Amino acid sequence: MFRENMEADVTFDSDDAGRFDPDTDDAYSSTEEMAVVESPPKIISRGVDVFYGDTQALFGVDIDIRPNEVTALIGPSGCGKSTFLRCLNRMNDIIDGCSVRGSITLDGRDIYAKSVDTVHLRARVGMVFQKPNPFPKSVYDNVAYGPKIHGLATDKDDLDAIVHSSLERAGLLDEVKDRLHEPGTGLSGGQQQRLCIARAIAVEPEVILMDEPCSALDPIATSKIEDLIDEMRNNYTIVIVTHNMQQAARVSQRTAFFHLGKMIEYGHTDTIFTNPNEVRTRDYITGRFG
Amino acid sequence: MTELSTNTPKPRDVSAIVTAGLAKRYAAERRFRAFGIAAIAIAVAFVALLFSSIIGNGYTVFVQTHMRLDVELSADAIDPKGTRDATVLARGDYAGLVKGALRERFADVKKRRDKRKLHGLASQGASYDLRNMVLADPNLIGQRISVWLPVSDDADMLIKGHIPRHTGEGSRRISDKEIAWLDALAEAGDLETQFNVRFFTSGDSREPELAGIWGAVVGSALTLLVTIALAFPSGVATAVYLEEFAPRNRWTDLIEVNINNLAAVPSIVFGLLGLAVFLNFFGMPRSAPVVGGFVLAIMTLPTIIIAGRVALTSVPPSVREAAYGLGASPVQAVFHHVLPLAMPGMLTGAIIGMARALGETAPLLMIGMVAFIVDIPGSFTDPSTVLPVQVYLWADSPERAFMEKTSAAIMVLLAFLIVMNGAAVYLRKKFEVRW
Ligand SMILES: Nc1ncnc2c1ncn2[C@@H]1O[C@H](COP(=O)(O)OP(=O)(O)OP(=O)(O)O)[C@@H](O)[C@H]1O
Ligand SMILES: [Mg+2]
Repeated sequence: MFRENMEADVTFDSDDAGRFDPDTDDAYSSTEEMAVVESPPKIISRGVDVFYGDTQALFGVDIDIRPNEVTALIGPSGCGKSTFLRCLNRMNDIIDGCSVRGSITLDGRDIYAKSVDTVHLRARVGMVFQKPNPFPKSVYDNVAYGPKIHGLATDKDDLDAIVHSSLERAGLLDEVKDRLHEPGTGLSGGQQQRLCIARAIAVEPEVILMDEPCSALDPIATSKIEDLIDEMRNNYTIVIVTHNMQQAARVSQRTAFFHLGKMIEYGHTDTIFTNPNEVRTRDYITGRFG
Repeated sequence: MTELSTNTPKPRDVSAIVTAGLAKRYAAERRFRAFGIAAIAIAVAFVALLFSSIIGNGYTVFVQTHMRLDVELSADAIDPKGTRDATVLARGDYAGLVKGALRERFADVKKRRDKRKLHGLASQGASYDLRNMVLADPNLIGQRISVWLPVSDDADMLIKGHIPRHTGEGSRRISDKEIAWLDALAEAGDLETQFNVRFFTSGDSREPELAGIWGAVVGSALTLLVTIALAFPSGVATAVYLEEFAPRNRWTDLIEVNINNLAAVPSIVFGLLGLAVFLNFFGMPRSAPVVGGFVLAIMTLPTIIIAGRVALTSVPPSVREAAYGLGASPVQAVFHHVLPLAMPGMLTGAIIGMARALGETAPLLMIGMVAFIVDIPGSFTDPSTVLPVQVYLWADSPERAFMEKTSAAIMVLLAFLIVMNGAAVYLRKKFEVRW
């Protein structure tokens, strides 16, 4: 049944009828000019099962994540969205007793192959966590840490430039330029989250995974981050977990709906929100359960 | 209770229910606070008792009774040939000079037995002091000088009031005649207590008034240096490896059980181990701080490892996730982020271990650090003793004056401990990361 949905995606036409109408329709329409010619998927997941010890958390997840798109993962709490997200940069490896089966490829290469180095993988696939988790170091050191360990900066000036441009792109530079050397943990929650985004993009990853990046933020900070995500789409492939339906509709091009560890439906965000195939998807989106 | 479970829409007066319960809650709080204060008060009382008894017994050690004598530094006794050679000067008959000065002062003492008593008023240290003066300035030879010289331990105890004057002569170590001489000196203003420099600068001695704590302080410092240099790095490394890198399997479980058991092994067992391994097998020197340090390091290692692991587990996992998420390797995640955050906790563990090592006697007895050592150790392999062993040795000596020394040694030990803990607090503050 997932297959069918995916076939349907390929024949998707941006002029598809009946658009979902959230309160702010212009945020939505800005994402309308989507590439009509599909480029090959960046990440392909096939039959991914995840176990925490003996309990299975994910059942045969198949998803194609396309480059330069925002893919939203939605679903009720505990359905396995974070678990799936962590599979994509092998963050599950550091959880005791967590095992992953199935195949996930990045640019056609299996990321769970023996030869793959997780350090290299995580430099290519960055992550922003649900709870802002800056290091208890200065703002500058937070952003500079990734480039430093990967040797991306040739000298101090280069590093300064990377830090500044990352903060700039995360929309944080104006707020912190006078306190670059004060602790990152002293920022407000929203600023911390943008700091974490700046820290992630400073490594110039190809894919950025975001686990409910706005769950702790006020509407203004949220809209800043959404703008940022929309802008980042030009350079990165983004996968975002969100509980906010409007947000999924506003920022994403594709949406996957998870329920009880299974991926129920995956397709263009318009289709999922306006004309889903599955009753459960419709019920969830319209707030009838979840 | 029934009110809580019914579903009746009848509104309840929540405020009244809460108010009714408040008194009880506050009573519980007051009770708890009272228990806490009582516990602290009892603890403080015992500490005060301990301190007052130690300080009461020991504070007099900081001064030493001296008498003023006019000494004729005759060339005959010191340097008959007039060579002014240091080795000759060092061998002069200074004790004879002190005796002569005493006889001159109390010219009416004629009986031989009385003379011997009179000579006994001066400490052996008096002749050492004279010798040092002459060595420092040979021009003094031939002159008559007026110097303050230390009195014997019994005289010192009498002046300090530790020997009662009014009991029968037979039941005290100092005779009526000696008391009379001392009183005569005191009357003439030639007897006074002066700051006891010797106690803080010299090593042990058979003569209580000459015995000092410095040898034991240096011995303890050298031993603890070896201990911390060995135990801290290896303890931290073990904790990091077991907590962050080691796979969880039967072997690591076994190691963990063993470490926990080692923490509870009586310390004397470590002493026996040191005796068998370091002295008998490797043939390392007896009574040496380096061996003491090895033994104490093995003893404190489990404490440091256990505290280190606790400190590592208490680092929030979000820090590790953040580091891994950026592509840090496990070693980078640990050394750049986890370890700095765990450092204060690890230091606390290390300092608890060090404090225990500082107070440890039993294992050191086994490796010969209980010996009577006069010289101040100059290196890690010189024979030496440590503070708690010094306390033990002095407490074991019969002279009344050693009782005073024992208390004073305990005071020095406590001061050492306070300095060490102060350093630990400072380091912890320095490493502490504010969130
Ligand atoms: N470390 C873990 N150990 C054991 N079980 C886990 C672990 N992490 C998640 N799970 C279980 O896996 C399932 C999926 O969890 P996951 O965190 O992926 O949910 P989620 O969709 O992200 O939920 P939410 O929206 O609340 O964040 C849940 O049943 C959860 O209890
Ligand atoms: Mg989650």
